[in-house]
Amino acid sequence: MLGKLTLSAIPYQNPIVMGAVVFMALAAVAVLGTITVLGKWKYLWTEWLTSVDHKKIGAMYVILAGVMLLRGFADAIMMRAQQALAYGPHKGYLPPEHFDQVFSAHGTIMIFFMAMPFMIGLMNCVLPLQIGARDVAFPFLNSLSLWLTVVGAMLVNLSLAVGNFARTGWLAYPPLSELHFSPGVGVDYYIWALQISGIGTTLSGVNFIATILRMRAPGMTLMRMPVFTWTALCTNILIVAAFPILTVSLALLTLDRYLGMHFFTNSLGGDPMMYINLIWIWGHPEVYILILPAFGIFSEIIATFSGKRLFGYTSMVFATMAIALLSFLVWLHHFFTMGSGADVNAFFGITTMVIAVPTGVKIFNWLFTMYRGRVRLESPVLWTIGFMITFVIGGMSGVLMAVPPADFVLHNSLFLVAHFHNVIIGGVVFGAMAGLTYWFPKVFGFRLNETLGKAAFWCWLVGFYVAFMPLYVLGLMGATRRMDHYDNPAWQPLFVVAAIGAVIIFCGIMLQLAQVVVSIVQREQARDLTGDPWGGRTLEWATASPPPAYNFARIPVVRDRDAFWDMKRRGVNMKAAVYRPIHMPRNTGTGFVMAAFIGLAGFAMIWHIWWLAIGGCAAAMVALIRHAFDDDRDYYVEAEEVRRTEMMRGRHQLRSV
Amino acid sequence: MRLLPLAATLLLSGCRWAVLDPKGPVGLQERSIILTATVLMLIVVVPVIALILIFAWRYRASNVHAEYRPDWAHSNRIEAVVWLIPCVIVAALGVIAWRSSHALDPYRPLDSRVRPIRIDAVALDWKWLFIYPDQKVATVNQVAFPANVPVEFHITSATVMNAFFIPQLGSQIYAMAGMQTELHLLADEPGTYQGLSSNYSGDGFSGMTFKAIALPQRGFDAWLAKVKTSPQTLGGASLAQLERPSENDPVAYYSQVPASLFADIVAGGTRAAAPMAAMSGMSGMARVAATGSN
Amino acid sequence: MTTGTTMAHGGALAFEPGYAGPAEALRDLRPAGDAVDFELEHHADTASIAQLGFWIYLMSDCLLFAGLFATYSVLHARTAGGPQPQSLFDLRYVLAETGFLLVSSFTCGLATLAMGRRSRGATLGWLAVTFVLGLAFLGMEVHEFAHMIADGAGPGRSAFLSSFFTLVATHGLHVTCGLTWMAIMMVLVVKKGFTPSTESRLSCLSLFWHFLDIIWVGVFSLVYLFGVS
Repeated sequence: MLGKLTLSAIPYQNPIVMGAVVFMALAAVAVLGTITVLGKWKYLWTEWLTSVDHKKIGAMYVILAGVMLLRGFADAIMMRAQQALAYGPHKGYLPPEHFDQVFSAHGTIMIFFMAMPFMIGLMNCVLPLQIGARDVAFPFLNSLSLWLTVVGAMLVNLSLAVGNFARTGWLAYPPLSELHFSPGVGVDYYIWALQISGIGTTLSGVNFIATILRMRAPGMTLMRMPVFTWTALCTNILIVAAFPILTVSLALLTLDRYLGMHFFTNSLGGDPMMYINLIWIWGHPEVYILILPAFGIFSEIIATFSGKRLFGYTSMVFATMAIALLSFLVWLHHFFTMGSGADVNAFFGITTMVIAVPTGVKIFNWLFTMYRGRVRLESPVLWTIGFMITFVIGGMSGVLMAVPPADFVLHNSLFLVAHFHNVIIGGVVFGAMAGLTYWFPKVFGFRLNETLGKAAFWCWLVGFYVAFMPLYVLGLMGATRRMDHYDNPAWQPLFVVAAIGAVIIFCGIMLQLAQVVVSIVQREQARDLTGDPWGGRTLEWATASPPPAYNFARIPVVRDRDAFWDMKRRGVNMKAAVYRPIHMPRNTGTGFVMAAFIGLAGFAMIWHIWWLAIGGCAAAMVALIRHAFDDDRDYYVEAEEVRRTEMMRGRHQLRSV
Repeated sequence: MRLLPLAATLLLSGCRWAVLDPKGPVGLQERSIILTATVLMLIVVVPVIALILIFAWRYRASNVHAEYRPDWAHSNRIEAVVWLIPCVIVAALGVIAWRSSHALDPYRPLDSRVRPIRIDAVALDWKWLFIYPDQKVATVNQVAFPANVPVEFHITSATVMNAFFIPQLGSQIYAMAGMQTELHLLADEPGTYQGLSSNYSGDGFSGMTFKAIALPQRGFDAWLAKVKTSPQTLGGASLAQLERPSENDPVAYYSQVPASLFADIVAGGTRAAAPMAAMSGMSGMARVAATGSN
Repeated sequence: MTTGTTMAHGGALAFEPGYAGPAEALRDLRPAGDAVDFELEHHADTASIAQLGFWIYLMSDCLLFAGLFATYSVLHARTAGGPQPQSLFDLRYVLAETGFLLVSSFTCGLATLAMGRRSRGATLGWLAVTFVLGLAFLGMEVHEFAHMIADGAGPGRSAFLSSFFTLVATHGLHVTCGLTWMAIMMVLVVKKGFTPSTESRLSCLSLFWHFLDIIWVGVFSLVYLFGVS
């Protein structure tokens, strides 16, 4: 009836896990309780859970990312603590079976449920506004994508309380991830969480490409698009091209585990090397999917806060496209040591280095944007400068490992771990934080507290270096990754320093949480009344903060890059004499409902509850078909209401240039 | 003044900076690649980081004396330089990458007049089995070989993917079931070097370390003699015992080992000799143990 | 920098296809001589955007099949001492299967043409024929699978068979989804007639159906023809 699921799946005997489960449960109860006490269930359903508004969907993505950042960071602190303690006769406090789940969950959560949702969330919030559109091309699909991602994240969190998570690392290499060596449900949680959220991501990719290609404001040719839009376009092309390969890789592993097939097993012809190739053909574009939006964010910020046009727009665009294309030609550098032969290794090493060229060009372009500008050193710019320096160092260690024989002694070591955290934290996380600070006033209508923001930045910057520079050294000392214990006395002091660094980052995260709370409390003082708090250059700043649901009462005609800057310079009159009704999509609960049923089916697949899996999928299909037959999917905002909304926010006053 | 090199030596001595303190030609070449590539890149990186800080400070908004050109956003000369310099560095690194990938190909025998000694390494859960096919002995978690003699490792796994790595001697390479990889190393001087698996393979992974001992020729002969006097032999029951998962195994010596053991383990991954065993995903070694070694 | 006194900025004002022209906007302008700064109403061409979106999805699906083809290419020789393709594939049977699918693509095209003529009866009729032919294709495929499994050549026998079954069955699953979609569309046509939304969806469906045909040609060539030679 319930497949493999029994009460013994709940890890009663494990105090650390139960502690985490109780904490999660209490947090959930607190949130649900607050909503109930405030009587906000109807509001939540009609305004948020059923919303097809890209701004709200984007905000929910970012909230998900924030919550999962806490979960993933808890894993990080646990690892640092274990490795600081577990030298020689001391075994630390985490047995290997637990430690192995912690590092697997850490990577999986940070990449799939923190970094991806953060970037997709920011793209959601900003992109339609930046191109002068009213929403994305497929608003319902957007909602479905969000909820599929949330469901994936929930499955990973559920694995803590019911069953366990994979003990294979975040990419679940076979044959370790095959049924023979991982007979439990852990790998199945991993598979279904990623497969479900992966579908959501792929649909997002389709959505954004169609939006950017077909819904730009009149006059916005491709070469007049903001750089963030360009990077978003390339990112989503990468998503559409790469995620199907992830789908295939996970599906084949699933078939091995569920139907006894032999794609990647050790016998009957299976070839684990095939999985490694497939997963990295996805995996490398994935990291560029993460970093390209960050590059776009930094481009916007540095131009705006330098009061100056971005240097080298054309070469930025070409560099972005080159990076996107090249990202498909480098995957083998993740396994130089698999023995592919000198010619193959050298080829991929060289392509990997070639990618450094357009990336370097971008750094120079940002540099020369500051040159002869008036750089306001507010926190978005601090994040940007921190990024530029940190990313250059991380890029350096990457190009170093791109030389195959160097990789032969550094592969899978803590040097590698330091490198990828260097570029992901320095690039993706700093970019997300910068984008958050930059666009928060637009989405929520008030600025984040700047003092706390700066303090958080310094904690992140210093904490990052203290946590990860020792790891470079450890890698050069021959320390490999994923150790729950080691015997070399020279390593321990470095692990202790790294743990201190993690604590400093923790302070940064706490400061950011405080920043959000304080900003909400002080929001009236920090209200953005003009819609343009930073002296922006792109169209999103032409709307009120927050924008009305329809974004623009009238779609602006674009004449130049930095469209809004151009409008301000020409003194365009934002006040209209006549308003027209605006066509808007209606909210729908179908996305939420479908995702919930698919999540149920995923849970059922994990525990082999076949009838529930089939039922869940069928129910989702029914919801979709019902939606297909629904004609009541849109409505018009009356012209009078548009006029009132525009007048109320005093949108006729533009901040002068 | 003499303290400086002394301090440097002390700092780099022992196993502390293993990768930067190699004891063999492979590791030495790899270290020189690391240092060369780093220096080449620092040529660009150091000025860039300096410029980032200088520009951010000089052109900060409060500095009204700095020139302000809000519409200046293009310069062909700067573009040419910023595309060219990385291209040049990457070209240089590319040449290094091509040449060194071939010179340091793990499958390539080392340039040495001395006849190599062959050692087979098998990754198990969670220990290393070393088979000496010519000397007909085997060991667990300890491998010894003469210094200044090339060692030709043939590597496989009887379980999941691992990686064979002795950081102070040089390259690592994956150990995979059903196939064998090859690695050529050499120790320049006698010493005891740390060895490990550098690809996570499960719960006992952290204990999967071994000692690689380079000995003078006579010392190696003595070691070999000691192994040959071991009461333990590898076959049948002891093989089945070894195949069972275990962690932090002590060093073990086997004075006899079946001649085709390594080949059988490698072939076991693809051979369908025992269909039932094959379908359960049992390792080649288990199959050998179950069907009896030949 | 222009100061916005002309309508041109290095050429005619560029409008997106599907946007209404500036005629309406011009009526609501500030004094004559000022350039057009806003569009009052833009009619996004939802149907064509939907088709673009569907094309992009099809490209992602194409890459999914590419991954499966690549896997088949790598693993097709790994028969693990089990059945080989030559002993398993009956080319005449597969030719019949292929015939059903190819003809169904043709009849789907006829349905699209009928839709263009707004002929409800003909559209439904040709869709029904397409459905039957697609079902026949599926039936033959399921029969082939059942036969192979009964003969001990199931997907768990070897890596070759795993990749064969997965590639062919993934295509079959797509066909199944297409048939389900087709049934729903037939109901929609009956209930609502040819609305813009129904037409747009039917166009996407026929795109999907032709795409599956192309994939099948790849399967037929790479798997069956190549396997038997």
